[in-house]
Amino acid sequence: MPTAENTLLELARITGGENLLTSQEDLIPYSFDGTAALQQMPGCVVFPKTTEHVAAILRWSNQTKTPVVTRGSGTGLSGGSLPIKDCIVLCLVKMDQILELDRANLTLLSEAGVVTQSISDAAGAAGLFYPPDPGSMKISTIGGNVAENSGGLRGLKYGITRNYVMGLEAVLPDGEILWTGNKCVKDVAGYSLKDLFIGSEGTLGVITKVLLRLLPKPAAKTTMVATFSQMERAAQTVSDIIAARIIPCTLEFLDRTTIHCVEDFAKVGLPLDCEALLLMETDGHPAAVADEAARMEQIARANGAVEVRVAKDEAEAAALATARRSAFSALARVAPTTILEDATVPRSELAGMIRFVAAVATKYRLRIGTFGHMGDGNLHPTFLTDERNKEEMHRVEEAFKEIFDEAIRLGGTITGEHGVGVAKKSILPKFAGNAQMRVMRELRRALDPNGVLNPGKMFD
Amino acid sequence: MRSSSSHLKDLDYSVVQQCMHCGLCLPSCPTYVATKVERHSPRGRIALMRAIADERLEVSRTFGEEMYFCLGCLACMTACPAGVNYAELFEHARAEAEASGVLRSPRRNLIRAVAIHWLFSNMNRLQTVGRLLRLYQQLGLQDLVRRSGVLKLLPKRLRELEASTPEIQRYFSSELIPTITAPAGQKRYRVAMLTGCAQDLIFSDVNRDTVEVLARNGCEVVTPAEQLCCGSLHAHNGEWNSAQELARKQIDRFPPEQFDAIITNAGGCGSHLKHYHKLLADDAVYAERAKIWDQKVKDIHEWLDQIGLEPPGKGAPGGVVTYHESCHLAHGQKITAEPRRLLRAIPNLQLVELPESNWCCGSAGIYNLLQPEMANDLLQRKLRHIRSTGATVVATGNPGCLLQLINGAKQEGLPLRIVHPITLLAEAYRRS
Ligand SMILES: Cc1cc2nc3c(=O)[nH]c(=O)nc-3n(C[C@H](O)[C@H](O)[C@H](O)COP(=O)(O)OP(=O)(O)OC[C@H]3O[C@@H](n4cnc5c(N)ncnc54)[C@H](O)[C@@H]3O)c2cc1C
Ligand code: SF4
Ligand code: SF4
Repeated sequence: MPTAENTLLELARITGGENLLTSQEDLIPYSFDGTAALQQMPGCVVFPKTTEHVAAILRWSNQTKTPVVTRGSGTGLSGGSLPIKDCIVLCLVKMDQILELDRANLTLLSEAGVVTQSISDAAGAAGLFYPPDPGSMKISTIGGNVAENSGGLRGLKYGITRNYVMGLEAVLPDGEILWTGNKCVKDVAGYSLKDLFIGSEGTLGVITKVLLRLLPKPAAKTTMVATFSQMERAAQTVSDIIAARIIPCTLEFLDRTTIHCVEDFAKVGLPLDCEALLLMETDGHPAAVADEAARMEQIARANGAVEVRVAKDEAEAAALATARRSAFSALARVAPTTILEDATVPRSELAGMIRFVAAVATKYRLRIGTFGHMGDGNLHPTFLTDERNKEEMHRVEEAFKEIFDEAIRLGGTITGEHGVGVAKKSILPKFAGNAQMRVMRELRRALDPNGVLNPGKMFD
Repeated sequence: MRSSSSHLKDLDYSVVQQCMHCGLCLPSCPTYVATKVERHSPRGRIALMRAIADERLEVSRTFGEEMYFCLGCLACMTACPAGVNYAELFEHARAEAEASGVLRSPRRNLIRAVAIHWLFSNMNRLQTVGRLLRLYQQLGLQDLVRRSGVLKLLPKRLRELEASTPEIQRYFSSELIPTITAPAGQKRYRVAMLTGCAQDLIFSDVNRDTVEVLARNGCEVVTPAEQLCCGSLHAHNGEWNSAQELARKQIDRFPPEQFDAIITNAGGCGSHLKHYHKLLADDAVYAERAKIWDQKVKDIHEWLDQIGLEPPGKGAPGGVVTYHESCHLAHGQKITAEPRRLLRAIPNLQLVELPESNWCCGSAGIYNLLQPEMANDLLQRKLRHIRSTGATVVATGNPGCLLQLINGAKQEGLPLRIVHPITLLAEAYRRS
């Protein structure tokens, strides 16, 4: 059943007609997110401009029990903002103002629809630093980052989105507006509700504002690329660097297939004749950076690096990081459907996990390209396939099952940063166990008794 | 093999399927950034095209309009890591919209019949109309008409258009350039010179400068007096058959085997000229020659960079120049460093970077005539950035951009010189 006439009238009344989309041609572009092979038509798309708009929309949808799927820029990789059939898509990209940058307290207050890159730029312009930098940062929204608790290329040293959220405003399913957190470094008044909303994937409330913690911009930074003839040598280099008590901000990995795709697009001069590439970056005090960079280079060479190239300036460093961020999309150059995995293991188990993934790919006769956050134990083996080939897609699913089982066995997780959404929904119960599932269900029911926010996502 | 038919369904499915909807192109798309609506983004437009190919959506008027709201600037192609061929999708989508007739209206049909089928299919007609316009301007009639207030009787849009009628050059290229121009010094190459259509009417001096510069760099230049439209206007506006016909005629007029290079100085034309093979892939007679043709077509900046530019001894009297990138030069042909190197080679000229230099200026072929509001927003954005550089000269390598910026500077009363890079180079040679 398409969206009811009175619902459309109400949405138009709340936000103004120009902020409501209903035609086929307008809805098709919202019928998917960044996840491969998933598609569903919404009933309408609405763009709130204020928290009050969001509250009014949720009050109505809660009364009429109309499902709502919150959406940022739709770059999610687990189907989080994939519409439910005939739902309201609540798209926050027009709530796009940075409200305050507090230099005394080093915080930034932003509306949820602001693009991550703009936050990074605003902080940078004030000599400050917002570290989380997901590969999608030039278009992902901060609301989406918080809702997915996104990681990035600097997770090893700086952590993930959660580590930078000091407070947030969320609208609950019944339309009530809740503010949690503040500018205090310390705050133990009651449960940490903000942490409940971080990583909630649009199920518990709609995040409308976010208060972020900023850092002083590191005074110096060195970026380098090391190449290896074997994947194991790259993995060993990472282990040795950490064992040498260096915590670089970035230790990113690309395999041969990925290197070729990325170079084909970005043309930054990556060496093509190698099996593995590490993008390494250290930042901080200039003396410390110089020392760490030298030791990292030494460790890479000791592990048989074919070449170590140090970026000569900021522009080259930025080009290398941008090239790395394009990895996932660039892999699509060689296959029509790219399905990437996000299983994560403790750092110490990484080398074993890499071998396991390679063996599974061989076993199921699948092509993969692997890249990811090696320093975080979070790799993204990406299956290069074709969604129209049903038989091969079946093998992909079988391969996934084995990979998840192994990740769990090694003390890892089924998703490091992309979330559960619909992609991991079926395996969450096995991973989380009965007690966690029960608490999560009860929490959700308490906040959203009518099940209007992203129903059917994460768990039923 | 790619299809040379005009429909989305016949297009190789891998082209339609290539977009993996990551969204990384969105921040580069001027229409998305202005509206924040997915339908106006590359990802959204491709989703609509795919829905048509998959028969989930009928070709509708809304679809057709969307394809004409797209600037065709191809910034999305530069941004896309997945290698989506938006140019091909876009041309097929517009052709699909035209073939289905969803956009037909008496007014639109008339404009298209006159502009695309009649005027730009035949250079003689274009020149005749140009001559009349030139007469109108030279006899002072334009001033008279403008002062008389008669124009107030016209609808607003037409009045604005009249104000932006370009000044037709006193001479056409054929009156300025001999059929054969001998190289200065030793002959290193033999090249053909495409004088273009808009370029020929409005910027024939740029054509003359291009030929001069080529000769100065050891090229014998063949410039036939009678030339054709390259067909880009047709291909970009969904007239696939006309575009194919013009491509065949071009190949006959400039047999590619006989030249070291076929030179164009218009970014928009070059971007189309380099893809004749795709257009004629299924043509038993022309397909092979079209391949050779594609290899021989060179943008003037690209060619000079390739053969090694003779540095001018004396340059500008001094000044600050900034460079605006034509979309089809930057995104369509990936020529970005060459024009900058060329400008830097001119002594006394200081090149400052233009913020967002590769963001569309709103000219986009005939977009500024069809979507005046969006085009004007883009123009204002461009002018704001130009002002921020403090440059007094703006160089750009495409007639559409030149016109758009000249009109913009005039409207805003900005004392800017808008000029093709090759003209600056030619002036420098003349001084030395
Ligand atoms: C090329 C590419 C690279 C990527 N790289 C990384 C990476 O390095 N690290 C990483 O962690 N992820 C990465 N991602 C995944 C994705 O970009 C992130 O999950 C991102 O945070 C999603 O942001 P978005 O604005 O697109 O949200 P969407 O995809 O629109 O939504 C994601 C989820 O959040 C919910 N949501 C969105 N906004 C709100 C809100 N305001 N309130 C409540 N719920 C909301 C939605 O309902 C949905 O469940 C990448 C994706 C792509 C395509
Ligand atoms: S066109 Fe390219 S960049 Fe844009 S969404 Fe598709 S794959 Fe991503
Ligand atoms: S061609 Fe330009 S306007 Fe059209 S989708 Fe691509 S970037 Fe956007």
